[in-house]
Amino acid sequence: MSGLEIRGLALELGGRRILDGVDVDVPAGQVTGLAGESGSGKTMTGLAVLGLQPAGARRSGTIAYDDGKVRVPNLLDLRPGAMNRLRGRRIAMVFQDPTASLQPMLSIGTQLTDHMRRHLGLSRAAARTRAAELLERVRVPSPEAALRRYPHQFSGGQLQRVAIAIAIACDPEVLIADEPTTALDVTVQAGVLRLLRELTDDLGLAVLLVTHDLGVMSAVADTVAVMRDGRVVEHGSRYQVIREPRTAYARELVESLPRTPPPGTGEGSA
Amino acid sequence: MTALPAVRRRSLRLPVAWRRPAAIGGAVVLLAWIVIALLDPVIGLQGPLQRDVEVALQAPSAAHPFGTDELGRDVLARTLWGVQASLPLAVVLVAGSLVIGSLLGAVAGYLGGVVDEVIMRIADLVFAFPTIILAMVVAAALGPSLANAVVALLIVSWPNYARVMRALVLGARGQEYVVAGRLLGAGPFTSLRRDVLPNVSAPMLVLAMLDFGNQILLLAGLSFLGLGAVPPTPEWGSMVADGVEQFSSWWLATFPGLAIFSVVVAFNLIGDSLRDALDPRIAGAVQGSSL
Amino acid sequence: MRYVAIRLGLSLLLLVGVTIVTFVLTNLVPGDPVIAALGQRAADDPKIVEAYRAAQGLDQPLVVQYFLYLGHLLQGNLGTSIGTRNPVVQDLGYAFPATAELAVFAIVVAVVVGLVLAVVAALRRNRFSDQLIRAISVVGISVPTFWLAVAAYFLFFFVLHWTPGSGRLSPIYDAPPRVTGLFTVDALLAGQPDVAADAFAHLVLPGSVLAVYTLGLLVRFARSSILDVLNQDYVRAARAKGLSSGRVVVAYLLRGALLPILTIVGLAFGSLLSGAVLTEQVFAWGGIGQYAFRAATSLDLPSIMGVGLVVGVVYITVNFVIDLVYGFVDPRVRVG
Repeated sequence: MSGLEIRGLALELGGRRILDGVDVDVPAGQVTGLAGESGSGKTMTGLAVLGLQPAGARRSGTIAYDDGKVRVPNLLDLRPGAMNRLRGRRIAMVFQDPTASLQPMLSIGTQLTDHMRRHLGLSRAAARTRAAELLERVRVPSPEAALRRYPHQFSGGQLQRVAIAIAIACDPEVLIADEPTTALDVTVQAGVLRLLRELTDDLGLAVLLVTHDLGVMSAVADTVAVMRDGRVVEHGSRYQVIREPRTAYARELVESLPRTPPPGTGEGSA
Repeated sequence: MTALPAVRRRSLRLPVAWRRPAAIGGAVVLLAWIVIALLDPVIGLQGPLQRDVEVALQAPSAAHPFGTDELGRDVLARTLWGVQASLPLAVVLVAGSLVIGSLLGAVAGYLGGVVDEVIMRIADLVFAFPTIILAMVVAAALGPSLANAVVALLIVSWPNYARVMRALVLGARGQEYVVAGRLLGAGPFTSLRRDVLPNVSAPMLVLAMLDFGNQILLLAGLSFLGLGAVPPTPEWGSMVADGVEQFSSWWLATFPGLAIFSVVVAFNLIGDSLRDALDPRIAGAVQGSSL
Repeated sequence: MRYVAIRLGLSLLLLVGVTIVTFVLTNLVPGDPVIAALGQRAADDPKIVEAYRAAQGLDQPLVVQYFLYLGHLLQGNLGTSIGTRNPVVQDLGYAFPATAELAVFAIVVAVVVGLVLAVVAALRRNRFSDQLIRAISVVGISVPTFWLAVAAYFLFFFVLHWTPGSGRLSPIYDAPPRVTGLFTVDALLAGQPDVAADAFAHLVLPGSVLAVYTLGLLVRFARSSILDVLNQDYVRAARAKGLSSGRVVVAYLLRGALLPILTIVGLAFGSLLSGAVLTEQVFAWGGIGQYAFRAATSLDLPSIMGVGLVVGVVYITVNFVIDLVYGFVDPRVRVG
């Protein structure tokens, strides 16, 4: 299978077991939702895939990566240097709050090109050209000018589009999106979600969408995994999990959903 | 919303700040020096001023563990007596600048406007001169004595307290309970005393604790330059200066220097732990200006 | 530009304040400058005193005296030192570069070593290396500079003979032709590498002693600012991009902690000058610190005013420059 295959992923921090055997598949060309309330371990799962867990945490289990060209039977066995070459290049991440995840003192151009130059070996000029194309791709207005500007000069929604552009800059196969719309205004959430869905379809990305918001999930995810206390308690198609949840916990989560879908997402595409 | 259980366990344990090994170490050293200061007149050591030219400039031995100086005075006795000068004067100095600086800072922050401008611009000016150069000029003008050195350091050290106090008062002034107090008819000074001061006293005391070490260093520095203690008073800074003149007798400067170091380290360790125990938002105000 | 103008205006205002303070301070002190200038003998003769006071403008009201002083100041005339009998400007012209050389050496050592230690401590938080670095920092701010100077001199010169003795040059060398007043630079400019090496060797010990306190301060504050930044999402995001750890630390982490660190460097500069007074005294450095000490203890008013002015100007300039750098580094200040 192309994408990520997570089996029995466990993570221990300071004697506490934060993840307790997570099993989930993140196939290419699909959005895999990871739902659950705060503290269920869904964000930690995303970080553990990238090897960005807090210092002192211990991981076990397997995360297999495969994109047809590169195959890694278990990411956890990689040396730090090899893992670092994968980060941003094959597996990228978008964070919750774009005003916090972009360095306020570096221009958008710098933050959009530095990893391209490292991973793809592009020249400064080539990287900038590609950066402008990327900004156009995520529909940030006047890309050339935007490259010279700084994060505080953008709105939250625009910034999250920039962050997505940074994530897809090196043509990754896997994108981990950690609550990408939670910090945004309701009015721009739908636009960012539509962009994510579109990139998944056009680029064949394997997206792991981490969110506590089942409304967001129902709008874009193909399959949904529900987490509780560091385990996946239910994993199935979006339709099955939301319409016919098998476990009591998933049912509770679904019932807490607001009746109206998020604005602009209509009946849910795909 | 779930109600929290209303039972609150009372504990006799030490407050968090004092449970760290560094703070305990500092407290032990400081306590030891306080005991020494109290016992100095009691323990049967040779008096710090007692001369014996027969044994001048002797290296450390069983009879004189820290050696003797050029007049045959026992360096151990002088070092132990030295705490009598440093500690009480540091207390006077820190307490003095705490009171003066807090008052001016509180008034500046609470009243604002012209009063604020005048007080804070004066503080800026004092900041523009390196502490010891300004203190040196004042001490030199007043004449060398420990009391004058304290006056000189008071003049240069209040602005730090004023700045922090002003920032804290500005922060507290907008709080709802202070506004509510004013609405209930409290005058500015009543409000300042009753509603504002109790809430800024903890960070101010931490600032004072952090300042102790600095003040001891400055005081000893002035004495080292000959602008503080006058002979034959046993004072650590001037004892180090004596050591410079008798260069091959290393023990003259070494032991009083270590004495200063031990006291200053003790205060800094305690101050650091207290600051870490403070509310981080307030600690920021203290940290930025405790230089 | 508006930001620069405001900063400049504030600095100039502070500068005027400094002239007032130096002036008032030296006039309010109880010591009698006339006795200091003429000696007790001549001061007993009212005629001589009268003539001296008239010549120095001391019989004028204070405000008039201040403007006289200010007028001379603008012409670069700081009066004549009572102690050295030289124009104060000339004395300061020799003393200032000596201190500048020492201070620059110390601040470079303190900032470079301090930042490296702070980064290591923050990245390895609560491990042994962090504990050790924090201990070094507490020792640094607790050790009396003057005692450290004496001890270092005794150990490295007197016992181990690793470093040359006091002063700025060995007696066998003449001072290099004066261009900047910094011996290392001047010697290189004059093509005398052996003199430059000797001047640098003399610089190492007092410069390092002076750096210790500043280093301790810097590690202490830089460590906590870096820890704050370490918890920021953007550092984690930079790591998620697969950048090299060097790039993450320098471009993302340190840049984020730069503003508080800059502020500390500016404030620490004052303590550095204080330390210089004590260090210069031990190493017979012949800089501003030693000059100030001589002037203060002999109530040499023109010299004291000169020192106060120079030091105040330097402090204000340093902090003005730091404000500018602030605006340059932080795009939010630059635009706003």
